[in-house]
Amino acid sequence: MLNRYPTWKNALILLVVLLGFLYSVPNIYPDDEAIQISADSLALNESDMVAITTAMEAAQVEFFGEEISEDSILIRLNSVEDQLVAKTAIEDALTDDYIVALNLAPTTPAWLQAIGAGKMNLGLDLQGGVHFLMEVDMDAALERRMEDNVSNVRSILREERIRTRGTNVVDNAHLEIRFANTESRSDARSVLVENFPDLQFQNRELNDLMILDLRTPPEIILQIQRDTLQANRTTIMNRVDALGVAEPTVQQQGSDRIVVELPGVQDPAQAIRFLQRIATLEFHLEANPGAPSASYETYEYQGLLVDVDNEVILQGDRVSNVRSTLDQNGLPQVQINLDAQGGTQINRVTRDNVGRMMDILLSETRSRSIISTDENGEEFEDVEFYEDKRLISHATIRTALPRTFVITGLTAREANGLSELIRSGSLAAPMTIVEQSVIGPTMGRENLEQGIMGVQVAAVLVVIFMLFYYRVFGVAANVALIMNILLIFAVMSTIIPATLTLPGIVGIVLTVGMAVDANVLIFTRIREELSNGMPPQQAIDSGYNRAFTTILDANLTTFLVALVLFSIGTGPVKGFAVTLMIGIITSMFTAIVGTRALVNLFYGGRSVQKLSIGRYRLPT
Amino acid sequence: MRDRKEIDFMGIRKIAAVISAVLAVISVISLAVNSLQFGLDFTAGTSVRLEYQETVVLDEVNETLAANGYQDAVVVSFGSDREIRVILPVDDETLIEDQASEAVLVGETIATLLSDANDNEVLLLGSDYVSAKVGEELAEQGGMGMLVALGIIMVYIAVRFQFKFSVGAVIALAHDVLITLGIFSLFGIEFNLNTLAAMLAIIGYSLNDTIVVSDRIRENFRRMRKGTPIEMVNTSLNQTLSRTLITSFTTLLVLFSVLLIGGETTQGFAVALIIGVVIGTYSSIYIASNIILFMKVTREDLMVPVREDAELDGLP
Repeated sequence: MLNRYPTWKNALILLVVLLGFLYSVPNIYPDDEAIQISADSLALNESDMVAITTAMEAAQVEFFGEEISEDSILIRLNSVEDQLVAKTAIEDALTDDYIVALNLAPTTPAWLQAIGAGKMNLGLDLQGGVHFLMEVDMDAALERRMEDNVSNVRSILREERIRTRGTNVVDNAHLEIRFANTESRSDARSVLVENFPDLQFQNRELNDLMILDLRTPPEIILQIQRDTLQANRTTIMNRVDALGVAEPTVQQQGSDRIVVELPGVQDPAQAIRFLQRIATLEFHLEANPGAPSASYETYEYQGLLVDVDNEVILQGDRVSNVRSTLDQNGLPQVQINLDAQGGTQINRVTRDNVGRMMDILLSETRSRSIISTDENGEEFEDVEFYEDKRLISHATIRTALPRTFVITGLTAREANGLSELIRSGSLAAPMTIVEQSVIGPTMGRENLEQGIMGVQVAAVLVVIFMLFYYRVFGVAANVALIMNILLIFAVMSTIIPATLTLPGIVGIVLTVGMAVDANVLIFTRIREELSNGMPPQQAIDSGYNRAFTTILDANLTTFLVALVLFSIGTGPVKGFAVTLMIGIITSMFTAIVGTRALVNLFYGGRSVQKLSIGRYRLPT
Repeated sequence: MRDRKEIDFMGIRKIAAVISAVLAVISVISLAVNSLQFGLDFTAGTSVRLEYQETVVLDEVNETLAANGYQDAVVVSFGSDREIRVILPVDDETLIEDQASEAVLVGETIATLLSDANDNEVLLLGSDYVSAKVGEELAEQGGMGMLVALGIIMVYIAVRFQFKFSVGAVIALAHDVLITLGIFSLFGIEFNLNTLAAMLAIIGYSLNDTIVVSDRIRENFRRMRKGTPIEMVNTSLNQTLSRTLITSFTTLLVLFSVLLIGGETTQGFAVALIIGVVIGTYSSIYIASNIILFMKVTREDLMVPVREDAELDGLP
C-alpha cells in the first residue's frame, strides 16, 4: 500500500485549485460607485465627456477613471453620496436624450477580466437593484378581446351562411350585429350563444333592422382584467427568468399594476430598454390586391412594401409557446404553438386562404420625453407614450394551419430573432412603466457584511476544531474546506452566473458543513480501521474507500432534492438550490480527492508507524 | 470508539417513538390553532412611499412608528436617502374592494404621524395595496416540490437500499420539518422567505444524517453473521455516533456564529436551522432506525442478489 497519486492526478488537482483561485479572486475587489451615461439614439463622443466633467467639477464632486465607449460613458466616484450629487449635476447639464444612471463599476484588474474572471452578482437583499412599477393597459386588453370576438363572430356566421347587415362595436363591452330579418337573427343567436357562453344576448329593433346585442357582463370584464394581469405577470416572470436575473420579484399591485424588482441590475437604462421591448403581437392576412385603401396599412418588410389587412385573425396571447428549431433537412424554422381556441381560429381562417401571405405585426409601447405648454404658457417636461408597429414576418400559407405550425425559409439568425420577438409579444396587454427607482446599496451592503462576517467566524471556529480533533488530517480537511469555498465562489462567478442572496449564503454554510462531514466520515473510518489493527497505510486506503459509498449516497440524495427544488421553485428557492448543487459537487471533489492528495503527499510512499489523526483506541 | 461499551439506543425506542408522536401531535395542533406567524413576504400589505425634505434616518422612522402602534411596519430606503417605503401588514378581514381606499387612508395617517414627529417635512408620494409577494404561487410550488422531492428520494433509497429504508428516511424528514414548523408556530417566530430556505436546508441536512446511519446499518446487516436486528442497528448507531455528534457540533458552531454575528436578517434562519439540526440529529438516531426495525428489516432485505464476491466488501 503506497498511497501515492500519479503525477497527472496531482497536477490536475493543482490546476483546479489554481483556476478556482483565479476565478474567485475578483470577488475581493470592491466595486466603485459610478455614474453611467447613455443615450438612446445618438453615439457618445468626447464633447459629451467634456460637458459631463465640467458639470461634475462645478458641483465639486471628485471623480476618476472616466471611460467612454460607443454607447456609454462611465465615471467612477468615491462614495454613494457623491453618486446622487453627480447624477443631479449631470442631468442638469445634459439634454433629455441622455439617460443618467447610478451604477457600480468593477475594479477587477484588466488581466483578470481578460481571462473572463468577474464578480458574483449579489441579490437585491445584498446590494439593491432596480425597481419598476408597470401599468397594464386594461382598455387595450378589453379592446383586443372585442376585436377577437368580432373576428370570430364574422367567421362563424360566414361559415353558417347567415347574412348580416354588418357589425358595429359600440364600446369595448358591447357589440351589435345587424340583420335584415328575424329568421337570420334567431339563427345567428342560437349559433353564437353556443360559441360565446360568457356573453349576454339581447334582441332589439331599429329602423327596420333586426339587431342582436352582445354584451360582456361586468363579472366577465373583471375576470378578463384579472386574467390579463396574471398573464402579463407570468410572461414578465418568464422573461426575467430568461434574462438570468436570479430572484426577481414580479408582484401584482392594485388591480392593474405590476411591480418588477431586478436585483443585481445596477443599470436601469438597460433594464428599461429590455422591459420596453414588451410588446403585443397580431396575426394578419396580406390585403388582397385592389382592396380599398381603408382596409389595410402598409408596412416595410426586408426592403419590401407589404399591405397588411386590418382584420386581426389571431392575437398574440393565443400563442402558448414558440421556439426556433431545425426541420428534418436541418434548415432553421420557427415553431409556433397555439392554445386550443387559437388553433381553431387560425385553422378556420387559413383553410380558406391557402396561398395567401400571413403577416405578423409586433406593436411596442415606447416612451419619449416631450415639452408641453401648460395653461400659464410655461413649458414643462412630460412623458408621452406612443405605439410602434412593425412587420416581423411575411410568409405564405401553404396549408390549413393546425395548432402547431412552422414558419420556414429563414436563416438561423432570423429564426432566432423571430422566435424571440414572438415570445416578447405574447403579452396579453400592453404595459407602460409608470415609476422606476434604484434601491440603494447601503442597506444591502450591511446585510452582506454581517452575513459574511458570520460565515468567516464560523469557518475559523470549524478550522480550529478540526485541527484540534484530527491533527495532521485536520490540516488536510481545512485546506480542502478553503479550497471548497474558493471553488464555489469561482463557479458562481464564472461558470454559472448565479446571484448570491441571503438564502444562497445559507446554502454555502450548509455545504461547508457537509464538506467537513465528508472528512469526518472518512477520518472516523480510518480511526476505526486502525483500532481494528490495520496497518496505517492500509487504514488510510480502506477508510477512504469505505466512506466513499456513504458520502456518495448522502450527497446524491441531497443533490436530487436540490435538483427538484431548482426545477420547481422560483426566486429564493432556486437561489438556494443552485448554491447547494454547486457546493455538493465541489465539496465531493475537495473533501475526497483534495484531502487524499494532501494525505498522500504527507504519508504516501514511506513506511509509517502511527497516524496523526487524533486519539484512537489501539488494537488489543 | 474509545469506549467499548455500546449505548443501547434502541432499548428506549418505544419511549422515543412516544415522545416524537407527542411532539408531532402538539405541532399539528399548534399549526392548526395558531397557524404560522407569516412575515410580509407571505402576506399582503400596504406600501406607503414617502419623501423627506432632508436626509432621513431609518431607525428614527422605525421608532416613531413603533411608538404609535405600528410595530409590524417594515421601513426600507427607496432610491435615495430622502425617499422611504413603509410596508404594513393588512389584516385578512379587509374586503378586496376596500383595500385600495384603506391603503390611501393608512398612507395619510402615516404621513401625518411622521410629519408631526420632527421638523423634516414629509411628502406622501403614494400608497398602494401590495399582494403577497410569494403567496399562493410559492405555496403551491413549495408543496408540489416537497412531494416530488420526497417521491424521488423514496425511489432512490429503495433502489440503493431497500424500500423499508425509504419509508424510514421520508418519515424522519417529515418528522423534522413538522416539529420545526410546530416550534415556529408555538413560539410565534416569524416565518419568512429566509426561514423557508432554512426549512429546505433542514431537509438536506436531515437526509444526509439519515443516509449515513442507514448506510452503516446496511453494511452491518451484510457483514455481521450474528445478532438480532436490534443489536445490529445498535452497533451501527454506536459506530456512527462520533461522526453524528462531530458533524452536528461543527454545524451548530457555524449556526451559532451566524446567529450571534450575522445580523438581524440572518437570525431567522439561524434559529430555524439550529432547531432543525438538533431535531435532525435526534431523528437520524431514533426515527429512521426505529421505523426500519418496526417494519421488520431482515438480512435478506439487504443481501446483494447472487453475487459470490459479496463478502469482499458487501458493497456493490
